[in-house]
Amino acid sequence: MINRLTATLRLWFAPQRLREEGRTPDYRFSLANERTFLAWIRTALALVAGGMAVDQFLTGMRWGVRTAIAVALLAGGAVCAVRAVHHWMRCERAMRRGEDLPVSRFPALLGVATAMAALLVVAAVLLGQAGA
Amino acid sequence: MTAGGLVTPPGPGSGGPDRGAQRERTRLAWRRTTLTFTVAAGLAVRSAFEGSVAIGAVAAGAVVLVWIAFLVVAHRRVRELTELPVVGAAGGRLRSAALWTLALTALGVVLLR
Repeated sequence: MINRLTATLRLWFAPQRLREEGRTPDYRFSLANERTFLAWIRTALALVAGGMAVDQFLTGMRWGVRTAIAVALLAGGAVCAVRAVHHWMRCERAMRRGEDLPVSRFPALLGVATAMAALLVVAAVLLGQAGA
Repeated sequence: MTAGGLVTPPGPGSGGPDRGAQRERTRLAWRRTTLTFTVAAGLAVRSAFEGSVAIGAVAAGAVVLVWIAFLVVAHRRVRELTELPVVGAAGGRLRSAALWTLALTALGVVLLR
């Protein structure tokens, strides 16, 4: 467990070590993996932009609620960005070794969290309207 | 497309300048990502000038620097993608792109009102 964690962290900070493993896959697969990474980065950026937009535009809301939503969205963006690199690396390594691609619970978690955040904002906006 | 002879028949071992338009698609994905980054950076600059102008200028400057850094990473990767042979694994570039995204996120947290 600890060994695997340190091996992963080492790959994070020295991605060229990835090339020492297995065989180089068809570059089309690597580029597809890269585009998936970029799609996750865009997801992260959308969450970050959403957090900043909540902070700037939902000014009718109480400070605590507004900041809590913004911080949650920004934290989600940070997690997405970190996870994008991690997942890219795991996929690349699996392709080099000829293993199955890693499966992940993260997309499902993000989907549930996004739905809950949306409901929370709806509730906050409605309650804010009622209180005004 | 087919008239120009640019499309190579599919299948293993089919050569060609850009099989399956993989390189162009990846280049466009980088472009989309820089546009998304620009939108997020624009929002950050907007929130930088909510308070005092002096602090706002410093914060906006930091945001612009992070934005330029991300553009440089994307530009270098796009340059790599137009060269032959294609460098498949680009761990360093991707890690930098994620780091600048994290930097923008950190600035977003600092700029919360």
